[in-house]
Amino acid sequence: MAANVTEKFRIGDQVRIRVGVPPTHFRTPEYIQGKLGRVQTAWGAFPNPEGLAYGKDGLPAQPLYLIEFAQTDLWRDYKGAASDTLMIDVYENWLETI
Amino acid sequence: MATNGHEDGHNHGDNAEYYSLRAQAMQALLIEKGVCTLDDILTMADKIDSRSPEDGAKILAHAWVDPEYKKRLLADAESAFLELGYDLPETSPKITVIENTDDVHSMAVCTLCSCFPRAIIGRPPAWYKGLAYRSKVVVDPRGVLKEFGTELDESVQVRVIDSSADYRYLILPKRPAGTEGMIEEELAKLITQDSMIGVGLALSPESVKAS
Repeated sequence: MAANVTEKFRIGDQVRIRVGVPPTHFRTPEYIQGKLGRVQTAWGAFPNPEGLAYGKDGLPAQPLYLIEFAQTDLWRDYKGAASDTLMIDVYENWLETI
Repeated sequence: MATNGHEDGHNHGDNAEYYSLRAQAMQALLIEKGVCTLDDILTMADKIDSRSPEDGAKILAHAWVDPEYKKRLLADAESAFLELGYDLPETSPKITVIENTDDVHSMAVCTLCSCFPRAIIGRPPAWYKGLAYRSKVVVDPRGVLKEFGTELDESVQVRVIDSSADYRYLILPKRPAGTEGMIEEELAKLITQDSMIGVGLALSPESVKAS
């Protein structure tokens, strides 16, 4: 974990996942892109895998957050309970302020 | 489902032979280019193979009998692992433990590939790496639970955790009813690999006695 990186988001903040399919390695699956979620946990900062995948140092490190979504916000035809959720780790460069 | 590696470039679980050959080719390249040595690779493989679901079960059964330990495990899993003599290799991703309760049932997946808390419970089962589980569990977790024979009340919140980055998720299953008098070693036998992924519940003491 890298120190000295300021986290832009706090637990409980609502965020939107950025939409984008870069022609490179990235860790933000398309099924959450454009969706609204809430910060559940802030994990601290980690080297960015989008650089690491190509042998770079991944710096500046990206704060990483566990984001929780309502399943009914992710899938129009979700069959389970209205309270069901999905959590996934997303790097800060993929998060937009509401 | 793809029958060979060319139809789906990221389908680890279903084409063992193809991926075994590819892994061998990558291993040869990594060594040839001096990225790591054969010894590094074998040491890491040995480390992963030295861990199995029994290790996770031992840790989680301890959390069932010791509420203070459980608190520490949920707050800082890696320090709590160390207390029981389990250290993570330096290269291991971080691991955190999520507790299943009467109200919330969590289950883990890696939709992008096959991320798994290997440093504690070893390699994932083949189905965990397969496209069927990875694509279905995020859309229809309750359907997947049924396929695994896991019945949950509609009132229980189902929470899928997609491990996509630097954390791996180990599920602490709910302690089954009727286990009050059991000792730690017996309790550990109730904690299956499925229950630590969240597709199953811990076994009931009756089902273990019957087998």
